[in-house]
Amino acid sequence: MEDSEARWTADQVLALAPDAASRTAGARLAAPAPWSGTGATARAVWGLCAGSGSRPYQTVVDLSGPAFACSCPSRKFPCKHALGLLLLWSSGDGRPAAEGAAAPEWAEEWISARRKQAEAAPAAVSGPGQGPAAAGQDAARKRAERRAVRVEGGAAELEQRLTDLLRGGLAGSDRAGYQAWDEIAARMVDAQAPGLASRVRELGTVAVSGGDWPSRMLEETGLLHLLARGFLGRQRLPAPLAETVRTRVGFTVDSAEVLAGPLIRAQWLVLAQYDTADERLTTRRIWLYDGVAERFALVLSFGAAGRAPELTLPVGTVLDAEVAFHPAAVPLRAVLGTRYGTGLPERAPSGTAVGPALDSYGTALADDPWLDAWPVLLTDVVPLPGRDRWHLADAGTDAALPLLGTDHWRLAAISGGRPVTLFAEAGATGLRPLAGWTRASPRPIAL
Amino acid sequence: MDIGWDDLVGSALLGTERRRPSGVVGDAEEAAAGLLDAAAAGVVRRRAGLRPGVAGERPAVAVADGRAELPDAARQRLGTLLSDRSAGSGGHRRGSAPNLAELLPQWLAAAREEGYAAPPEMLPALLDAARARTDLRADALAFAGPRGHWLATLNPDWRYALRAGSGAVAGPEPEGPEQVERLWEEGLFAERVALLTRLRLTAPDTALELLVATWKSERAEDRLMFLDSLRTGLSAADEPFLEQALADRSRNVRATAAELLSALPESALAARMAGRARSCVSLGPDGIVVEAPYECDAAMERDGVAPRPPNGRGERAWWLGQLVDAAPLSTWPARFGGRTPEQIIALPVLDDWQPDLHASWCRAAVRQRDAGWARALLGPPPAAAAPLAAVGDPAKLLSILPEAERAEWVAAFIAAHGLSEAFQMLGVCAVPWAAPLGRAVVDALDIARDAGSYPWSFSGVMGLAERCLDPAAAAQVAALAGGGEEPPDSAPGATAYWGEAFQRLSSTLGLRAAMLGELRSG
Repeated sequence: MEDSEARWTADQVLALAPDAASRTAGARLAAPAPWSGTGATARAVWGLCAGSGSRPYQTVVDLSGPAFACSCPSRKFPCKHALGLLLLWSSGDGRPAAEGAAAPEWAEEWISARRKQAEAAPAAVSGPGQGPAAAGQDAARKRAERRAVRVEGGAAELEQRLTDLLRGGLAGSDRAGYQAWDEIAARMVDAQAPGLASRVRELGTVAVSGGDWPSRMLEETGLLHLLARGFLGRQRLPAPLAETVRTRVGFTVDSAEVLAGPLIRAQWLVLAQYDTADERLTTRRIWLYDGVAERFALVLSFGAAGRAPELTLPVGTVLDAEVAFHPAAVPLRAVLGTRYGTGLPERAPSGTAVGPALDSYGTALADDPWLDAWPVLLTDVVPLPGRDRWHLADAGTDAALPLLGTDHWRLAAISGGRPVTLFAEAGATGLRPLAGWTRASPRPIAL
Repeated sequence: MDIGWDDLVGSALLGTERRRPSGVVGDAEEAAAGLLDAAAAGVVRRRAGLRPGVAGERPAVAVADGRAELPDAARQRLGTLLSDRSAGSGGHRRGSAPNLAELLPQWLAAAREEGYAAPPEMLPALLDAARARTDLRADALAFAGPRGHWLATLNPDWRYALRAGSGAVAGPEPEGPEQVERLWEEGLFAERVALLTRLRLTAPDTALELLVATWKSERAEDRLMFLDSLRTGLSAADEPFLEQALADRSRNVRATAAELLSALPESALAARMAGRARSCVSLGPDGIVVEAPYECDAAMERDGVAPRPPNGRGERAWWLGQLVDAAPLSTWPARFGGRTPEQIIALPVLDDWQPDLHASWCRAAVRQRDAGWARALLGPPPAAAAPLAAVGDPAKLLSILPEAERAEWVAAFIAAHGLSEAFQMLGVCAVPWAAPLGRAVVDALDIARDAGSYPWSFSGVMGLAERCLDPAAAAQVAALAGGGEEPPDSAPGATAYWGEAFQRLSSTLGLRAAMLGELRSG
């Protein structure tokens, strides 16, 4: 457990930054000059950074979280000092403490407090008392029943709205604005069905997205209808599909509960990590891949708006770790359990041609029609730049798929017109490239 | 139930009260539910049944890059430098952190010199950086290599990288004389200039042959650019062609040909100019006597002498200047009884002609790259008390001296006169600065601090020092960063700012040493 955390690369450190300004500020502090008393063990890095005040800031990072602490007044998280310290460490300039050397008192205090917390946490989950817990479980079941009733009410109301919509016709929806949709979405929030609410809001944007919007809108309306009907009839569904429906409607399962289920220990290669943000939440998606079982896992981590989610897994490292999948018809989302160590990949994974990849997406859709991002590994594919639309073509056949977006220059650059191996998310409108491999190296390159 | 998708969309648009998809029955409400069911089945079928499209045109394959891969640490460093590139332009005070934007040019130059290939995934950021900063282009594009050139052909934003003059030397080299000839005859103007420039480095005669072959059919402005590229690898072999170009239709072409010929001291034009100059400048009993020409005849014009002076200059002085500029400097020791350049410069010049004559010699020394004359014209670095009366452009004269001598001269100059006049001279010194020069600059900064001025009055020199000071000087700088009483008459807060400025300088130097070490360790 204490064995070496691989030194992170600058990219991985910069990925932690909450915004561009922090990245820049952090990079500027990545020089030895302002730092003193720096040191590192396998688990933590620390140092004193001279700032504008008379006392230097005390900065310490727990690499296993990672988690950060700094005595500076910044409300950004992690602050520029933590980023600078990590960058310095990643470049090998950090004057790491000799093996076994102890951290200064102020750093050691925080590190050991965190470690105690981490050890205490699982105990709290696995050690329920008898009486109060039983009563608690009882109350929890009652709460769950009450919520199910409310969500059913919401789903039924949504069904009515959708039927009314199709009686009157979609024509004109592109000029009607968001208001009607926002109102229905608000009703779904009231009904404790956030999954339905966000799909309803999405419908409002599809209506004004131009082009062939009626077709796309009917697609989304059909899927929403399928979801609402699926929830209302969930008792008749096979258990995994019912779980998928519950998840899509907006029910969540505690990580601890998922971890209490079956655990899969494997060598998980970190394929990709990227963030998406809306006004309330930053969502980090981390794709893991077990090359032996050819199995993907998607780990999500969340941060309040403007903050980077806490979990960071360096792309290109291999985690010896336990993973537990959320129950679903197509198990993808997973929770990361115990980590035993990290390493580096020995070879690039092998994937398929374009055709079979698309087939796997089709098969997965049959099990989970609401699937919006299906992981695919493609071997021997060539990116084809285009002014409006890029494509990805098989090196050996004529088959090609569209790529989402128009900036795939990193992908083009690593290809140089030659076949590459690619990891991407497949969706209904195209592929989103996330990592690529050249022949030269087993290390994935984040795209 | 297998209803066509278009049928479903049509009914959905109009509403089931007006139109129903075929096969859907019941009242409007039931039909709406039926339509939704069919749509749900339809969308899954549509998406699950997606077929690959047919690939369009494939890009050409990039030429292989045989250079070595960057060491890991250097690759990470480049990532950091590129991610900070937007920051350097901000006008705000930078505090004590090093300025990474200043380091990128040097990193690129070093990586290019070490012969590494650019990591492909960083090429887009690199090309973007070089697009925004022209000072990076030559090294960035050379480092980007054939893969970078290949990318630039695909993205209009990077088209600059294909143009000559922006340092686009990275294109695939044409192989064999046939390909060269074809590129010369059929290529775009930019490609042709690039080809000519490239050839002049390795096979100047071949380049000249190409140019001669098509010279008559080229447009005047193109002729000028082509002629200009002969500067590289200029030799006596170019003389016949240049002599011919003296009769060109275009005045600019004629002037450039004359200028190039005058840089060849053995050329016939240089000899003609020497004859004319000699007849104007002679040695009398009291010193040098100047008798400027009374007219600019057709032969002078043909040799590139511009007949019309700019506003405010007398025409005779104007003509004289051009004759002396173009005359080989070897003319003068012979003219003045075997005197050395130093002795000639020490001679008095009668009737106020000295400034004109000496300025002309300076220009001639620069054009003919004559270190002996440059040294004589510069003289020893002026002493502290002496007034600064620069002859010509000292920075240009310095650039002709050997590196060590240049650094010594500038060091002595700074020790006597401080930094305020030294910026351009520092700019022509070899990087990293020689130890005595670096010491002189740091000492001068220290003196400026003690004199109570603000550090930003010296931001130009500070910026140069970040790029040019030898990292070995970091210790000397770091010592200054810590210390210093606030001098009694200093500007408020200046000491703290100086502390920051020195700290930034020393940490930048540290970074520079580290980054060069990473590149050289591989």
